[in-house]
Amino acid sequence: MTLIREPDTGTPVRPAAQSVTLTIDGERVTVPKGTSVMAAAALMGTKIPKLCATDMIGAFGSCRLCLVEIDGRRGTPASCTTPAEPGMNVHTQNTRLAKLRKGVMELYISDHPLDCLTCAANGDCELEDMAGAVGLRDVRYGREGANHLHAAKDESNPYFTFDESKCIVCSRCVRACEEVQGTFALTIQGRGFGSKVSAGGVDFLASECVSCGACVQACPTATLTEKSIIEMGQPDHSAVTTCAYCGVGCSFKAEMQGERVVRMTPYKAGKANEGHSCIKGRFAYGYATSKDRVTKPMIRAKITDPWREVSWDEAFAYAAGEFKRIQARHGRESIGAITSSRCTNEEVFVLQKLVRAGFGNNNVDTCARVCHSPTGYGLKTAFGTSAGTQDFKSVEQADVIVIIGANPTDAHPVFASRMKKRLREGARLIIVDPRRIDLVRMPHVRADYHLPLLPGTNVAVVNALAHVIVTEGLVNEAFVRERCELQDFEAWARFIARPENSPEASETYTGVPAASIRGAARLYATGGNGAIYYGLGVTEHSQGSTMVMAMANLAMATGNIGREGVGINPLRGQNNVQGACDMGSFPHELSGYRHVSDDATAQVFETLWGVKLDREPGLRIPNMLDEAVNGGFKGLYVQGEDIAQSDPNTKHVTAGLEAMECVIVHDLFLNETAKFAHVFFPGSSFLEKDGTFTNAERRISRVRKVMTPLAGLADWEVTLGFAQALGFDMRYSHPSEIMDEVALLTPTFKGVSYARLDELGSIQWPCDDAAPEGTPLMHADRFVRGRGKFMITEFIPTDERTGERYPLLLTTGRILSQYNVGAQTRRTENSVWHGEDVLEIHPFDAENRGVREGELVALASRSGEVALRAHVTDRMQPGVVYTTFHHPNTGANVITTEYSDWATNCPEYKVTAVQVRPTNSLSAWQEQDNETSVSRRRRAPESLDAAK
Amino acid sequence: MSTLVRMANQIAIAFRQEPPEKAAADTAEHIRLYWTGKMRADLLAHMAAGGGGLDAAAAQAMRSLPPPKTRV
Repeated sequence: MTLIREPDTGTPVRPAAQSVTLTIDGERVTVPKGTSVMAAAALMGTKIPKLCATDMIGAFGSCRLCLVEIDGRRGTPASCTTPAEPGMNVHTQNTRLAKLRKGVMELYISDHPLDCLTCAANGDCELEDMAGAVGLRDVRYGREGANHLHAAKDESNPYFTFDESKCIVCSRCVRACEEVQGTFALTIQGRGFGSKVSAGGVDFLASECVSCGACVQACPTATLTEKSIIEMGQPDHSAVTTCAYCGVGCSFKAEMQGERVVRMTPYKAGKANEGHSCIKGRFAYGYATSKDRVTKPMIRAKITDPWREVSWDEAFAYAAGEFKRIQARHGRESIGAITSSRCTNEEVFVLQKLVRAGFGNNNVDTCARVCHSPTGYGLKTAFGTSAGTQDFKSVEQADVIVIIGANPTDAHPVFASRMKKRLREGARLIIVDPRRIDLVRMPHVRADYHLPLLPGTNVAVVNALAHVIVTEGLVNEAFVRERCELQDFEAWARFIARPENSPEASETYTGVPAASIRGAARLYATGGNGAIYYGLGVTEHSQGSTMVMAMANLAMATGNIGREGVGINPLRGQNNVQGACDMGSFPHELSGYRHVSDDATAQVFETLWGVKLDREPGLRIPNMLDEAVNGGFKGLYVQGEDIAQSDPNTKHVTAGLEAMECVIVHDLFLNETAKFAHVFFPGSSFLEKDGTFTNAERRISRVRKVMTPLAGLADWEVTLGFAQALGFDMRYSHPSEIMDEVALLTPTFKGVSYARLDELGSIQWPCDDAAPEGTPLMHADRFVRGRGKFMITEFIPTDERTGERYPLLLTTGRILSQYNVGAQTRRTENSVWHGEDVLEIHPFDAENRGVREGELVALASRSGEVALRAHVTDRMQPGVVYTTFHHPNTGANVITTEYSDWATNCPEYKVTAVQVRPTNSLSAWQEQDNETSVSRRRRAPESLDAAK
Repeated sequence: MSTLVRMANQIAIAFRQEPPEKAAADTAEHIRLYWTGKMRADLLAHMAAGGGGLDAAAAQAMRSLPPPKTRV
């Protein structure tokens, strides 16, 4: 393998309807209109010297190195800021230009440390490259005068260093922060010789910097350098792979020395991220080699026993023996499995295959149960397929962006940067969220409407928006007539026009002023391309599925579906939520969202797999736990999930797990669920295996192995080993063969293969004979189901109500630096930014309860009680409190309840009635959890010796 | 049992804006598509024992359900 180096055209090259032809150094070149002379030269292979230009940001024209001569023009214009024009005749090299460039470089080098031999950049330095390119051999200016050679380093950020002595003040970092990331954390402070890059007058850690890495990526010298590079040196080879965090699915180059990751750098050719990254993907990969990784299989007879390390064969034999014993005693339905959105498509596919064909039942479910299962139900009902309608790039065409129940700058930061860019270009913004999320008001972004609804009233708010559209004559009748089921539309329109759905009727219980609803509805319906983006604030409710259908109604009624810039776009939480669902992880569906009772589909699988399949749906995760408590479900294989931390009503979850006779946990770490496990299969990180992830755009991207699995086996091989011990033999020599089987069995994946993925980079399903290169945009001419289906979406309040005992509403979410249950990010330096979960509470509610900033408070619901620190903030509305669930001992899910979505049983995480009071101690649950965290993770002495 | 009763009631309520016959059919179809045979059998047994807590619409839908498919 070699080190992948991507070309840099200096300024962006964007598609254009018109092209221009010019001559550069005697050679004719044709480029899109708007392309700079510098980029035009780069496209024909000519590198014009440059320092302040890079193609991730716009031209700046400050370094004066890229000067060229153009026939008929005076002087030596900067090629980066000069657009290519028809007939232009450009000269990039001659004696005059060489002299000018050498003079410029002399000035730069005269105030630059000449420590190239010990500099971390060591060969990866554009300043050094340019010195070579212009033939600099001597610097006439002395180094005695005023200079910056001894400027102090800012090493406050845990991931990168700012060494001011090496800065040439080219502004690339400042512009990357503005144009790519959209945070505006950096600036040039001072003037003239005193100009310097500043993180707002404070150090990087204390600044607004979100550690996305765009500035480090942009820096042409060793000024902004990854600490891993400083410590380890430069990488010698790399592979393109896909991030293992959120559903944006960014492409990265894993840059390596041997089997050690030196750094992860965003891949410009990756279509999901186009060269951008966030703190998690860019820097927080250290968990993969954390000392907490368990790399030996372990077993124990009882969960109170210490763990005993065993060989893979013994672990497989023990686990298989237990599962066979349980089925023999308690019946075929008594065991099941949970697949993971953190695992690859191939791993998910073989696990669900093991359940259906090996266990002989359909008791397989996935963590999408607790996040986006209502998306699958709602979008399939309305449009005919369980997926978002657009690609991320589509946001560049949106005129009105509606964000509902999502916080993209924290949870999907790379997509948020694209969105912010479009907002800075003038797109309008509507936000529906109980909290004042950052996008409501931040540098150069201000929402036109923030609808701060009370948690649990989503459907009422969207119905009110639809009421305005229907009753004010804003329906796109031509679209509805041409594309939708008319009878359903008419029934819906009659329903939605009822007075009880009006903004004036609902404002008393939604908390959203009617005038705001009316304004937002008019803007969405008449403001051009309207695009809805949503997250778990939509789905994790008792009416999560209804809400998804309500949004689909809104899009269809206004014709905002089926073209660029519009659509219904779920922002998926985990990297492979979409893929795990596509692969047949739900207990009622085979791959490609086909019901298990469909004989024709099932027979295709039966023929290939050589077994008969059950035609009855299996158990969902909450049903598995209910059945376990009732004594009918005894064995569970949990791959890459931590249900004891992530699932609601922790006491019920742990009661279910404790009632089982054999729990297998397959994970990187001894997580919370492992406290209740009898078998531990050590997992492999995304760096240790081949496979694919599918992101929120339905984009299938390769995951490439860059190091040997620490436990010896990749996760798909573990599942195969366990299956073989059970007597169900699955033979694959490489994950590509699993994908071939997926393609054979799944019409929407028919054209997908590793060879095609290598060829195209990534593929958005459906990929079949009609769309051999995939489908970026869904439902363009017709819906997958034929005509779009309007559904009646009556607002039905949740049974979870506030009252005298629990007067506040708790809602939960994520923060930028941590990820889900924190298993990965807590094991990185990201905890510098978020070391513990806190409870956000409005000053009014805090004052009423004697709660002060930073003090410990008890948070209690009918399910349980925990203690955590308070953060008093007016981003909350009175009556609503908020916390995250990144740290296990916080026990946020000790508080949440068993209530769930009517259609999918997705838990109602977003609405829990609670009370808050000051306290000076942890809760009883937390005290006990502290004890079991130690006692349930003990290893037998001989295992410890072996580990040493 | 209270969980299954609550789930069935939630489903029936979700379809209650439809004409009664269609609502019952859609409720039944939803339960057929997403519940295990044992869950359906458990709720039918609860109904046979009086059906406490189960809404009439949910009960009507349950009665229209075919028995679970025989294991193949």
